Amino acid sequence: MGLRRVAIVGAGITKFYRYTQETPKELAYEAAKMALDSCEMTLNDIDCVSLGTAPDAFDGIHMNGEYLVDGAGAYRKPYMRHYVGGGTGVLSPIHGWFHVASGMFDTCLVVAEEKMSSAFPHPAGAFLTIFDHTTEQPLYPTLIWIFAIEMHRFMHKHGYTKEEIAQVAVKNKRNALDHPSAQLGAEITVEDVLNSEVMAYPVNRLDISPTSDGAAAIVLASEEVARRVTEKPIWIDGIGYCLDTAYWCNRDLYYPDYVEVAARQAYEMAGIKEPSKEIHVAEPYDPFTYKELHHIEGLQLCKRGDSVKMLLDGVTQRDGNLPCCPSGGALGVGNPIAATGLMKIIEIFLQLREEAGPRQVPGKPTCGVAQAWGDLMQVGTVVVMRS
Amino acid sequence: MTKDIAVIGIGTTGFRATTPDLSYRELTYEAAKKAYMDAGVEPKQIGAFVATSEDFCEGYSIADEYSPDQLGAVLKSIYTVPGDFIQSMASGVMMLKSGLYDIVAVQGLSKASNMITKPYLTDFALDPIYNRPLKEHSDYIAGMEMNRYLYETGTSREACAQVVVKNKRNAMTNPLAGHGCELTLDYVLDSPMVSYPLSELDISPYSDGAVVIVMATAETALSLSDKPIWVRGIGWISDTPGLETRDWAKAVYAQMAADMAYKMAGIRSPRSEIDFVEISDEFSYKELQHLEALRLCSPGEAGLLTLEGATEITGELPVNPSGGCLGVGSLLECTGGQKILDVVLQLRGEAGKNQLQDVSTGLAMSWRGLPTTTGAVAILSN
Repeated sequence: MGLRRVAIVGAGITKFYRYTQETPKELAYEAAKMALDSCEMTLNDIDCVSLGTAPDAFDGIHMNGEYLVDGAGAYRKPYMRHYVGGGTGVLSPIHGWFHVASGMFDTCLVVAEEKMSSAFPHPAGAFLTIFDHTTEQPLYPTLIWIFAIEMHRFMHKHGYTKEEIAQVAVKNKRNALDHPSAQLGAEITVEDVLNSEVMAYPVNRLDISPTSDGAAAIVLASEEVARRVTEKPIWIDGIGYCLDTAYWCNRDLYYPDYVEVAARQAYEMAGIKEPSKEIHVAEPYDPFTYKELHHIEGLQLCKRGDSVKMLLDGVTQRDGNLPCCPSGGALGVGNPIAATGLMKIIEIFLQLREEAGPRQVPGKPTCGVAQAWGDLMQVGTVVVMRS
Repeated sequence: MTKDIAVIGIGTTGFRATTPDLSYRELTYEAAKKAYMDAGVEPKQIGAFVATSEDFCEGYSIADEYSPDQLGAVLKSIYTVPGDFIQSMASGVMMLKSGLYDIVAVQGLSKASNMITKPYLTDFALDPIYNRPLKEHSDYIAGMEMNRYLYETGTSREACAQVVVKNKRNAMTNPLAGHGCELTLDYVLDSPMVSYPLSELDISPYSDGAVVIVMATAETALSLSDKPIWVRGIGWISDTPGLETRDWAKAVYAQMAADMAYKMAGIRSPRSEIDFVEISDEFSYKELQHLEALRLCSPGEAGLLTLEGATEITGELPVNPSGGCLGVGSLLECTGGQKILDVVLQLRGEAGKNQLQDVSTGLAMSWRGLPTTTGAVAILSN
């Protein structure tokens, strides 16, 4: 198609915590500085900044993007914020890709930040305001509530059991033990998940990712600059993003159409015809255990209804044929919404560079996919990367 | 002049102080439908959409979730820019330039009448540790800035009041504007003081309304439209968010954003190459401060030009012929949308009674409002 090639050349990520002492600005600064240092660049080398952060209600700051200007290194630079709720983190490199691919800029610093602990005592209160003010808010819905509906439907349609789905939490929390940023890495068993508090049947406490504070950043560069600054650029070869209708009650929740549409966009752009064979490592979004399986199906990495078989056969383990969430995912590393998506991008970046240390998947992967999801169960954002 | 991206369709609801009859979704729907009809496209032909919203102004968290339905963007590529409309437009320009799409649509919306306590909402945009504890009505920031601007440039309060008189008069003949009226200079000067030297009439009232534009790459634009308006240059810059670190007299963001847009458009001498401008005038002095930052006159000259009448519709450099924020109403994130809309109408020759003669290049500029230092500039030609 004659598109300009864009590469990721550097990455940085803070530790994810439940309560950080740092201000949102400081979190953004720390991640941005780490990303620049990782590729030996300074702000003088950066042409523009793209910022991802989800609802302002978490940080408790109106126009949070404006507040983060200097923390994100955007002082007196072209600077634009973007968001699609929980899908923001993977939209960030997509928005950055547009900056560089347009030919208007050669380098772009992409920063994603979220400080959820400012919403005190718990960000669940802020989540009430994502629902329709007339038809939904009077019911006082919570997020867990609607995901329980979705999980139940998903289980019913495919005949999955809670024991099977709990394996996702076991896998991801174990993987997270090797991630230096992780908040909730642990060795747990299926029984631990099943015996944890029931939040809203069939969702138990250990089926849910934690609320977190954290930030992540990457540096994007045009081909010319990338070849100059690094020997191991990781190319963004495919992007896809899509929103389904806001009227989520009208949809059959067992399958994420929006992920499929976004994935098909990204695969077409990257020239991928058989995703399950051509993709070597994946980071599907896993804020809830069942969500990883839901998204693996949406990403066309298996047939509908086959994701649990993959999980039980060990295909999605770190040493399996198609490792999923080798980082530990949102369940293990933590879930500072926008930063989580970018953490997933960074994991694929490190895996393709073979720099993931103890988390490295075997077999020299050359093609990976990261995905995020959000809003009212309606957004899919997908990025395909190659070494 | 490079002709690679054009605005081929515009649609708006018009701008009114309140719209109790329409929800924000209906406002967007009306603007979108008109824009698609104007461009001669159906939503399915549009490759990607950019929506514009800011959570606290919409009254929703992650307000982007309600963007696709009324735009015809369900299961299509769409994301939201929590910024000004011109920043969203820049996002659309980058999408088109990347080569991934041929047609994109950009949406902006204001439902300001839903907000009862806007100044206190603005306080939530201040640094929570250093600035917010001051618990002031946010307009004090504009008062301090106005004072510094008047002091450093030697501009008079009369010049600022003249901006109010001019813009509100221009709005009288703009059927889309919601706050037009005939005022005298003394009436403005005598209006109650809010934060010296900023008086009540120096402040723009709010309006409700939506704007949607459709943009396309050159080949598609020429095949679909017989009056494409070319996007020659676009720029956006954020200065410091801190109150204690900013330049209180100069609009550095406007100057840098303009420089970026001028460079892209190949404009060396703005004053001779730009025929008219639609710029941010959320506070009367902002129009003067921005005119100087855009290098359309020298520092301290904007007030004099205004008092001489050079910025009137009949003057040598018409400024805000639509009535600007003071006459049309401030539109929150959609402020830039109204500026773009009116520049396009002028360049098409569809501005009705406010039509300027022989104009070929116009500049639209927006500022994100208190307490930010973010601005965006777009330069359009017919």
